[in-house]
Amino acid sequence: MANGSTTADEATPTRMEREPLVLNNRSYHWITERICGVVEGRQPLIWWILFLPSVFLMSFLLFGLVYLISTGVGVWGNNHPVGWGWAITNFVFWIGIGHAGTLISAILFLTRQKWRTSINRASEAMTLFAVMCAGIFPAVHVGRFWQVWFLAPIPNANGIWQNFKSALLWDVFAVSTYFTVSVIFWYLGLVPDLATLRDRAKNGIQKFLYGLFALGWRGSNRHWNHYEMAYLLLAALSTPLVLSVHSVVSFDFATSVVPGWHTTIFPPYFVAGAIFGGFAMVLTLMIPARRIYNLYDLITPKHIDNMAKIICFTGSIVGYAYLMELFIAWYGGNKYEMAAFRNRIIDGYYPWAYWCMMFCNVVAPQVFWFKWCRHNIVVVMCVCMCVNIGMWFERFVIFVTSIAQDWLPGAWDMYHPTWVEQITFAGTFGLFLGLFLLFIRFLPVIAMSEVKGVLPQADPHYHEPESGGNENA
Amino acid sequence: MIYGYLCEFSSATSLYQAAEKVRDAGFRRWDVHSPFPIHGMNEAMGVKRSILPWFVFFGGATGTLTAFTLQYFTQVALYPTIVQAKPTNIYTIPAFFPVMFELTILFSAFTTLFGCLALMGLPRLNHPLFTSQNFKKFSDDGFFISVERRDEKFDKEKTRAFLEEIGATNIELIEDEDPS
Repeated sequence: MANGSTTADEATPTRMEREPLVLNNRSYHWITERICGVVEGRQPLIWWILFLPSVFLMSFLLFGLVYLISTGVGVWGNNHPVGWGWAITNFVFWIGIGHAGTLISAILFLTRQKWRTSINRASEAMTLFAVMCAGIFPAVHVGRFWQVWFLAPIPNANGIWQNFKSALLWDVFAVSTYFTVSVIFWYLGLVPDLATLRDRAKNGIQKFLYGLFALGWRGSNRHWNHYEMAYLLLAALSTPLVLSVHSVVSFDFATSVVPGWHTTIFPPYFVAGAIFGGFAMVLTLMIPARRIYNLYDLITPKHIDNMAKIICFTGSIVGYAYLMELFIAWYGGNKYEMAAFRNRIIDGYYPWAYWCMMFCNVVAPQVFWFKWCRHNIVVVMCVCMCVNIGMWFERFVIFVTSIAQDWLPGAWDMYHPTWVEQITFAGTFGLFLGLFLLFIRFLPVIAMSEVKGVLPQADPHYHEPESGGNENA
Repeated sequence: MIYGYLCEFSSATSLYQAAEKVRDAGFRRWDVHSPFPIHGMNEAMGVKRSILPWFVFFGGATGTLTAFTLQYFTQVALYPTIVQAKPTNIYTIPAFFPVMFELTILFSAFTTLFGCLALMGLPRLNHPLFTSQNFKKFSDDGFFISVERRDEKFDKEKTRAFLEEIGATNIELIEDEDPS
């Protein structure tokens, strides 16, 4: 201190006040009422305004798939040289979105980030629905859909087995494991909350169904002991799993010899991109849900702030990867690699897609360095929309530009999606949004038991502020 | 048939302190019911750490072995096919690692789920405690302790007096419907 003497108060180190995770000092019962109220009450008009168009869009998906399977895979724009067009782009787009849910549930759990409790349930549900949308594309892309069982490890009529040395088969195992483990994680987390709904249910059908799926849960501490261990184990298992899934997805490309695909940076770059895109989608869904169902005390500005920071961080990793790809294309001295990247950014078929991706994924999230932007809902929503679009373009740029112009100029050709591909992709948004709205309608959108557990009064050594002395010291 | 006593406490703190007293009084067949897991309650109850990780370890090891066996037999022993110039002997094992990893996780996750359910003794269709209307609060904001009749120290009058002494309210005698 330059002047004056320090008083005793200033010299005593004080603990920084933490921002509360639930605002306005809410009680356990308030949380139960507010979250169960979403399920038990009548849905607001906006729910129907969103749900009916989603169902309508879903019918596009159904029509697109029936038309494809009954006619043949030629109704899509895939042709030589682009044998994988929108189908693989959409697959990787959706599976990437699915990564945020498990990241929030598993990695943030292991790193003791308690703010995850308000958003983990909805993000896990989002994960499941995104993986369902993703799974549609490779399944129908095989052309003869009735032979899709060839993907499973069952020998064909000649006794020939699947090629386990292929990255595509690894992908089948990775994605199906990811979906299964995500379902288990999500369901185990739901059990205590289903018990809450069971205990509050008024009519017989609700009582029966919630009761059935609550498995007879009675909040016993001897059960919580095993339950918490199971939750910890699943988090520990899901953490490497979530990192492996998108790495394996990137192997589909990285193990090939196509310039623009054959790069070792792909696994970490894909994983960072997946988390980036996933968080943007979580915010895209949760910000409206928070407003519609008045969940302001549970999903606070702090939650949005934290997620915006993660988007800024992973967006920067993605930006670094883009630049590093360009640098290595030049520094590596491989002329095919150089040509592939020159085509991507300057004079290929789709440089506009590259620059769209660059703006949406790298430039737009940089506004999150400023607190004002992280706390302004309009800005956050705009950036998230940019990221949603940008991440789709990222996959399009990587997959389509690389094979549209690969080795021999004589074999180059543009790729155009047909109307069937377009309505099918639009339809997956209907499926995704429709399933998410049904989830809000029938299941608790926020993990009640977990949020109650992070309230200050949930600590067994908690003292009431009046009797406990100087809480604010 | 009497199942036991069910009594209520006002907060997580009072439940924790009561649990320590019940533990010190030497009860064995008793339990604590709360809407969320209470930090440190296992020590307060004297409950041992869950043995679930052991099950999961062996479940995971089974997954690794299953994947290795599946891949080795189909790619090396049963029908060796040269694809992408990769060898058809044991030296092709790096290509098997991704599936071995995935099945390890898959089997571990299933073991975690079913092992956890088995250790908890769930699912079950009913439980004597559900006969209490008050007990429904456990999933909202109620904190309960239940002491079973099967406990050696259980005594209809003395246990009730003990529960009153440690600050319990709404003490109920739970009747079991089926004598098991």
